[in-house]
Amino acid sequence: MTQLPEKTDRKMGLVIDLDTCVGCHACVVSCKGWNTENYGAPLSDQNPYGADPSGTFLNRIHSYEVQPETGPAQLVHFPKSCLHCEDAPCVTVCPTGASYKRTEDGIVLVNEKDCIGCGLCAWACPYGARELDKAEGVMKKCTLCVDRIYNENLPEEDRVPACVRTCPSNARHFGDLGDPDSDVSQLVAERGGMDLMPELGTKPVNKYLPPRPKDRLNEEIDILAPLLAPVVQEPKGFLGWLDKALEKL
Amino acid sequence: MHPAPSIIAFSTFSGLGLGLLFWLGIDQTPPTGWVAFAFFAIGYALAVGGLVSSTFHLGRPERALKAFTQWQTSWLSREAWAAVAALVTMGLYAFMLVFLNIHLAILGQIGAFFCLVTVYTTSMIYAQLKTVPRWNTGLTSALFIALSVAGGALLSGRVTIGLILILVAGGIQALWWKTGDTRFAKSGTDLKTATGLGSIGTVRAFEPPHTGTNYLVNEMVYTVGRRHALKLRMIAFLLMLVVPVLLLLLPYPHIFGVLALLSHIAGVLVSRWLFFAEAEHVVGLYYGMR
Ligand code: SF4
Ligand code: SF4
Repeated sequence: MTQLPEKTDRKMGLVIDLDTCVGCHACVVSCKGWNTENYGAPLSDQNPYGADPSGTFLNRIHSYEVQPETGPAQLVHFPKSCLHCEDAPCVTVCPTGASYKRTEDGIVLVNEKDCIGCGLCAWACPYGARELDKAEGVMKKCTLCVDRIYNENLPEEDRVPACVRTCPSNARHFGDLGDPDSDVSQLVAERGGMDLMPELGTKPVNKYLPPRPKDRLNEEIDILAPLLAPVVQEPKGFLGWLDKALEKL
Repeated sequence: MHPAPSIIAFSTFSGLGLGLLFWLGIDQTPPTGWVAFAFFAIGYALAVGGLVSSTFHLGRPERALKAFTQWQTSWLSREAWAAVAALVTMGLYAFMLVFLNIHLAILGQIGAFFCLVTVYTTSMIYAQLKTVPRWNTGLTSALFIALSVAGGALLSGRVTIGLILILVAGGIQALWWKTGDTRFAKSGTDLKTATGLGSIGTVRAFEPPHTGTNYLVNEMVYTVGRRHALKLRMIAFLLMLVVPVLLLLLPYPHIFGVLALLSHIAGVLVSRWLFFAEAEHVVGLYYGMR
């Protein structure tokens, strides 16, 4: 099953807005919470309360500082999970067929019963989207919450990935990126959505929306400025006398 | 990349064992009887021992047989098939030589071919990875095959050809190191393309996702050995090339041959350690490292 499908019926994926992400890590927590008790093996932690905690996560948030040529630096929070690549190198390297890309919706999954934990797929992924679970010895990755999005037992508004449902600043959007009329595709077109490491030819389905241009502090101040100029330049009355008296000392 | 001892041992020793089997396979006047038995036993011990040690780093070694299923796309799966083909063919060839005293040359040649194919598939597991620019080159396959046949030649007591082959392998090794040092920069992947933020300004990793370490960093952003990389390269080069060549040029090559061989193997082990330790995975960029 490690041959990639020629074409998938839909391209379900995420659009992540780098402009609005506030770096709160709420999606990290909700992802871990949902996925540790649903699809596949739990996401284990090693030494969680000790001096050197670590664990398996399917979604991690980096933060980058971007320094434009002029003006102050910008801080950009950068969520990263599996991009469900169309040309997924992680799938074709898998020797067991445990890794596969679904024809119906393009989701890249690991069948944990077949996985031997060789780790080669994690080497093949440029984005660090796959982590070998220490306790279970199998590969874990984002499932796009395949057990939520089609789950009729959940209320309709919950049938989106846990991270999308949780994000308090609406920085994560879910939909079919193969359909040019879908909300997510429109968003990508409008905001100039981009691929990560396009030169590697993975053709990621997930897109990132670049931060919008920032206002500049040091440019011409607006028309209200004269009205906001300080009214009292020189202190008068008692304060004026005090000011002068102190000056003379 | 994390230099896992099991993978280093696997690729070095199985390469050596397969190299020995290769020479036994193409030998026009192969040993027979107990001498043949000894040679083949060494070849098999190394090749099979190496393959078995490669399963040690699996998270689920009990399912290793599943790795035979995806030969259509996966080099790891192809390696499994090639190894079985090589070991079965050579096993049959060896059985006839040792016990029946029959030399079926064509069978040996087919087996030798599969030995080389196996080493090639091993090398392709690494060479195919665009994510590790240092490995992503045809030179990686050339290096693995050259080291395998050179070591095999020494192991089978072929002094002249062994001498030539370790010089060739050393040359490829030097070239691999030299071109490898710039291949990451040449790949065009950097923090700008990784984040897509390059159009705004200079990008710098400000904060990693977690205060602690994680699988990705341990496995793919192994930076410990790089500080001494240059010294280790010299050591590897001395051991795998210079010392064995000098020893083999001494009067009694068969006595010093063993020392030459041991030195060569030690050198290849160091070089293989560096092969992993020096390799930078592009995911390191996201963590502000390489
Ligand atoms: S992001 Fe990584 S794990 Fe996900 S499909 Fe692409 S290559 Fe595979
Ligand atoms: S770790 Fe599992 S899913 Fe990944 S390549 Fe190996 S067998 Fe396939």
